[in-house]
Amino acid sequence: MSSLTVTDDQVGTTRAKVIQPIWVRLMHWTNAVAMILMIMSGWQIYNASPLFDFRFSHDVTLGGWLGGALLWHFAAMWLLMVNGLAYLITGFATGRFARKLLPITPAGVIHDVKAALTFKLSHDDLSVYNYVQRTLYAGIILVGVLIVLSGLSMWKPVQLHWLVMLFGDYPTARYVHFFCMAAICAFLVVHVLLALLVPKSLRAMIIGR
Amino acid sequence: MAKRSFLIPGVDKRLLIKDSLKTMPDLTRRRFIAGGASLGALTLLTGCDVVDSSSADALLAKISKFNDAVQAYIFNPDALAPTFPESAITKPFPFNAYYELDDAPEVDGEAWKLEVRGLVDNKKSWTLPELTKLPQFTQITRHICVEGWSAIGSWTGTPLRDFLKLIGADTRAKYVWFQCADKDGYNSPLDMRTALHPQTQMTFKFGNEILPRAYGFPMKIRVPTKLGFKNPKYVVSMEVTNDYKGGYWEDQGYNSFSGS
Repeated sequence: MSSLTVTDDQVGTTRAKVIQPIWVRLMHWTNAVAMILMIMSGWQIYNASPLFDFRFSHDVTLGGWLGGALLWHFAAMWLLMVNGLAYLITGFATGRFARKLLPITPAGVIHDVKAALTFKLSHDDLSVYNYVQRTLYAGIILVGVLIVLSGLSMWKPVQLHWLVMLFGDYPTARYVHFFCMAAICAFLVVHVLLALLVPKSLRAMIIGR
Repeated sequence: MAKRSFLIPGVDKRLLIKDSLKTMPDLTRRRFIAGGASLGALTLLTGCDVVDSSSADALLAKISKFNDAVQAYIFNPDALAPTFPESAITKPFPFNAYYELDDAPEVDGEAWKLEVRGLVDNKKSWTLPELTKLPQFTQITRHICVEGWSAIGSWTGTPLRDFLKLIGADTRAKYVWFQCADKDGYNSPLDMRTALHPQTQMTFKFGNEILPRAYGFPMKIRVPTKLGFKNPKYVVSMEVTNDYKGGYWEDQGYNSFSGS
């Protein structure tokens, strides 16, 4: 992960205010790596016994076959869980979640969705998230928690039977896991598209300002 | 009958067969990581001098061993797999193997004997009538396949731990290793704590009828706390041992503990 910290030397200069603190950037890119590994290996696992009438192309899957994909999935799982847990704890403890993501009001969301769709949403101050961002970021954190919980209940349906019960039963947990993946993929498309439309937000997530 | 019972509900038969063929052992299987190795090498292995598929393989194998240990740690020998009412039984219960049903072993029950080897006091072989005289119990549990699908079945047989006691097995040994009648010599190790789990069963009946060939006649080891591939069918021998002897799927990369 050393490549993720090459910009550390730029932290500490005081020319511009830090928009994304170092821990957010580190965890963000660690999460990006973990998520991509999980999604690509997950697609290969899905192909072994598809829930729907389609399979993922071999070009976008990881692991070569079911066994290889499972090895990737259960390796990246640790990266995702440890990083995700650290992110949740730090996010709550530092007050970042409360500061950045709250409040979320229906009126605010409607206003900003309209503004976004007519390309009138302002991105002048990157340190303040608009209501669309707040909703998406808070939502994706919840989906992240849900995909880990449904994944754990599929991994250990006997030992973690109480967790399976939260979802109803084992097959339901499988569907929940799939739809969370789909939600994350949809989020990724929007997320990456917006980052490309507003390049300074990508810059902030790389060098912090 | 063969074709019907081969179907898993909701799964396209053609794709299923294609899949089975895809999972047939071949040389490329040994290089299972290679397909995605470049990405893995770039991400997981930044900083390593050697960035190639074999180092990714080695790293993944190490993490898999770590996952074995984690699963053994969280394994609760008293936690029972959920049981279900008869109405929940999956019909038809899928036949599943890396070959088609026509290629499944056809074991002659009259001639069949269960061979017992390794760290046991009494190494006598057991005939089917001798085994089926032992007290039997029925349990309706969910079979979970490594592929993700699952099916609920009714299994009747003798708790493996009772049999291990009966033959004077050293239950401090690490594994009970099963060998099967499949043409490739299917085998799989079961860790001793799981072998002693109250629901781990030497199964002789499915749905109150003599275990059909599709599900492993004459004897299957039913382990509701493990994934399906750790439930050997057509068992011909068991060995109580401290050595890790590998397994048919385990050797190809499936995690050995594979607990559920």
